[in-house]
Amino acid sequence: MKKAKKAPKTQPETAKVSGTAASSIKKWLDFDLDIDSLPVPPPRESAEDDGGDETPLLSRIPKSAPRFVYTALAAICSIVLTATLILTVEGMPRYGEDQDYMDTVTYEYITHGMEYTGAVNIVAGIILEYRAFDTLGESFVLFCAVTCVLVLLRADSADSMPEDVVFRDLSHDAILRRTVLAIVPLVFMFGVYVLLNGHLSPGGGFSGGAVIGAGLVMVSVAYGGDVSGRIVSERVFKIVTTCALSFYCLGKSYTFFTGANGLHSIVGNGTPGNILSAGLILPLNVAVGMVVACTVYGIYRMFDKRSF
Amino acid sequence: MGNLLYNYEEAVALILFSIGFMTLLFHKNLLRKLIGMNIMDSGVYLFLASMGYIYGRRAPIVENGDVSAEHYVNPVPASLVLTGIVVSVSVTAVMLSLAVRLYERYHTLNLDEIYAAARTRREHR
Repeated sequence: MKKAKKAPKTQPETAKVSGTAASSIKKWLDFDLDIDSLPVPPPRESAEDDGGDETPLLSRIPKSAPRFVYTALAAICSIVLTATLILTVEGMPRYGEDQDYMDTVTYEYITHGMEYTGAVNIVAGIILEYRAFDTLGESFVLFCAVTCVLVLLRADSADSMPEDVVFRDLSHDAILRRTVLAIVPLVFMFGVYVLLNGHLSPGGGFSGGAVIGAGLVMVSVAYGGDVSGRIVSERVFKIVTTCALSFYCLGKSYTFFTGANGLHSIVGNGTPGNILSAGLILPLNVAVGMVVACTVYGIYRMFDKRSF
Repeated sequence: MGNLLYNYEEAVALILFSIGFMTLLFHKNLLRKLIGMNIMDSGVYLFLASMGYIYGRRAPIVENGDVSAEHYVNPVPASLVLTGIVVSVSVTAVMLSLAVRLYERYHTLNLDEIYAAARTRREHR
């Protein structure tokens, strides 16, 4: 990582800016709240001379007093927070004891969860039936995150990395290629297994999707973006995430609507324990898993090459 | 001393949370702040997971049709941890990309130097 040039600290501006402690705190706080300081498109010419010239950067910020005050306040905050948390732990019920406060919701989930949702894995039943809209929100959080990363890291930005930041291209390493070739099928198989058995065993859409995404990242590292781009290109990414999220919305809306109104649903629960059971949990797990796999791979590609 | 020694797992989780919080406050490097944030997340996960545990009970996966609530640990914290993990991954990705953009523009990850550079740039305008 490039160290910034250490600016000389004996500059006339230091005295001017720091002044009394109170005024410099005020300036320091003002700076935080000033909307002007947010990156409005900067003048390009000043962006050019920013790297080269000898502007004493550190001398402009009021250094001594606010830093001390900030450190003291931060220390007080940390101590108070830690003490409060530890005291709270002392007042909590003992670890691992039978919980009298295990409330009716938990009781209901365990005793009737399998009957109502058809899922042997009670956690999968909770997150994809009882709290399905929460899980939909999580998928949208992931989608928004990858969209933000796409917007922020597009290769067409005018700023660029400094020249001395070098990323090693590993895509011609023979050992890495052979190892990945041996491992990746197993990784994909395990990911698909976790994905499809989400309602029967530990796992589910998020973990299985993360495993598949990790496999895609491995392919991308060892063989370069051209090979992995054949599996997941930007177009595939858009189509898959949009279709999966739309399917989740529509399918879950349908079962919620029919369930709430007591209508007959075409989605049955099946026999708990079978692979084709638990209503919509299996397809929803697959949808979530595809979103997660594309997200993991997309974020990696954006950080690596600035494009898909 | 109340239950502090019995609740060692929760205590460790909250100490982890505090370590992450202090990392967030005391370090100037953006990447270290990010790592502190992730340590805080880990503390929260450990806290939730230990809150749900009950001695001698199984993971909440029904075996042999046995659905009595006395045989399984609390499944609610597990589903909450899942939410937390997803949100933390998303937040980490967005913060990392913001850090990359800041590094490209200011050629440093030190937050004070970024502030100072932004201020000089604003004064030039």
